Amino acid sequence: MPSVAIEIENLSKEYPFGFLHLRKRRSLENLTMQVQAGDVFGFLGPNGAGKSTTIKLLMRLIFPTSGTARILGKSIEDVSMHQDIGYLPEQPYFYDYLTAAELLDYFARFHGLRESDRRERVQRILKRVGLDTAKKIQLRKYSKGMLQRAGLAQAILHDPQVVVLDEPMSGLDPLGRREVRDIILGLKKEGRTVLFSTHILSDAEMLCDRVGVIVGGKLRGVGTPGEMVGIQTQGMEILFELDGSAKKPALLEKAAKTGERYRVQLPEAELYNALDQLKEAGARILSVAQIKPTLEEFFMNLVDADRAQANAVEVSGR
Amino acid sequence: MRNVWVVATNTFREAVRDRVLYNLVFFALLMMGAAILVGQISIGIEESVIVSLGLSAISVIGIFIAVFIGVGLVSKEMDKRTLYALLAKPVQRWEFLLGKFGGLVMTLTVNTAAMAVGLYAALWTVKHPLERSDWYLLVAVYLILLKLALIVALAMLFSCFTTPFLAILFTLGLYFAGLFAEDLRTMQAISLTPETMKLFRGISYLLPNFENFNVMGVVAHGRSVPATLVWQDTGYAILYAAIVLAGAAMIFSRRNLK
Repeated sequence: MPSVAIEIENLSKEYPFGFLHLRKRRSLENLTMQVQAGDVFGFLGPNGAGKSTTIKLLMRLIFPTSGTARILGKSIEDVSMHQDIGYLPEQPYFYDYLTAAELLDYFARFHGLRESDRRERVQRILKRVGLDTAKKIQLRKYSKGMLQRAGLAQAILHDPQVVVLDEPMSGLDPLGRREVRDIILGLKKEGRTVLFSTHILSDAEMLCDRVGVIVGGKLRGVGTPGEMVGIQTQGMEILFELDGSAKKPALLEKAAKTGERYRVQLPEAELYNALDQLKEAGARILSVAQIKPTLEEFFMNLVDADRAQANAVEVSGR
Repeated sequence: MRNVWVVATNTFREAVRDRVLYNLVFFALLMMGAAILVGQISIGIEESVIVSLGLSAISVIGIFIAVFIGVGLVSKEMDKRTLYALLAKPVQRWEFLLGKFGGLVMTLTVNTAAMAVGLYAALWTVKHPLERSDWYLLVAVYLILLKLALIVALAMLFSCFTTPFLAILFTLGLYFAGLFAEDLRTMQAISLTPETMKLFRGISYLLPNFENFNVMGVVAHGRSVPATLVWQDTGYAILYAAIVLAGAAMIFSRRNLK
């Protein structure tokens, strides 16, 4: 398998609009990026940023205005590349007259699998996504979360090397989200490459080796979640409880109280002094953690900058 | 061709599960009613009335299915986005299109065959035993099926580039225009200039000639259909449908999905 699983070069997509389709709206602008084989890559961006457009271009559901892309070394124009790719569309909808088992069997037939192999795989995958008890129910009776799982099942049914998931956590309850996270981690463990889009940043922080942030159709940065937000610690945070009769430490002035608990944020250099004070006061220390900028803050800064730029263009254009 | 077959069998399964074949109940009731009524009111012409009515019903019901389901074959998949997961499999877009066409033609074949059995049953109630000339009916049914396949191809072509409503209008419009293709070709009007006549003649050759497939009047009177006509119609339907489907595939293969 090539070391680069997905290569995108200057990919752009414009949509015509207006009565005569003479005007063009650019949804994606010269996107260039790579996803390394074996990585879990998170594609982040607000709604309408160009995440789904990129994924649809990769899956040849729409066609680029310019640029190229390769998956596992093959051009996206080459249909045979889909032998090794699994894809979960955003808000998937399938033939509702089929049962989950029939749907998976139908899709498996396009991969040339024999009937006995298909039957074994369908059972195994349905169990993996937690649908084995609902396999004989028609999809028209499935909930949104169950459809999402059926979609995930068809994406990984044929053991693809690259799995592309468009908003895989969308519509799932906390349990479902956790199961999807486990599946993605399982795929990584098996050495597969996963590209998934999301606007839920905690999912990306938890799962991704690398992330790419796209805003307004432009890629704003690619790197590990740590690189994206910077590794510099912004300070320390101590969470503690204090017995009512105990001596009040000086740092209590800076602390915020929530219920019986106190939370105090201070520079890293003052940590040991603070801990000594708390020890002396007989405080029960619940946690000591680094304060780091989150991916969310990084992300929001980009979005705000993009909106400010768009407003500036609008104002100067008037 | 494996992919085409997989899509076709699933399309057939969809039609069955969506109760498309329930129209057969309506046809059966129509034929039973006709058999009872005709026996009472038409003396001596029961057979031709039953045949005309039966073949007309087969044709009209078939056209209804071919147009409305034919248009939905592609547009429904795009609207509901069921196509997304499928096109991310190793499937060419033309294979999908051909499979959808094959699946609906398969459905129409089963439907038409069942209606033909119903027609023979109705015929048998007014006249038995059946005569050799009654088997000419099968030729008429076969030609109706060819016509329906051509309509499905046209419906699919239109649904590849326009809205379902317009696709239905275009398909029905072309069907009715095609019924008069022969008239357009042989039209001799004094008020028309030779250039206009030429234009009309050109258009008449482009239009699908649906009247070619109509042998209802011939078989209703127990006359045989010439074998050459059957061969010509078969070749015409295959060639015309192939050209239409190739056009549909060309359009669909570059179409951006929503």
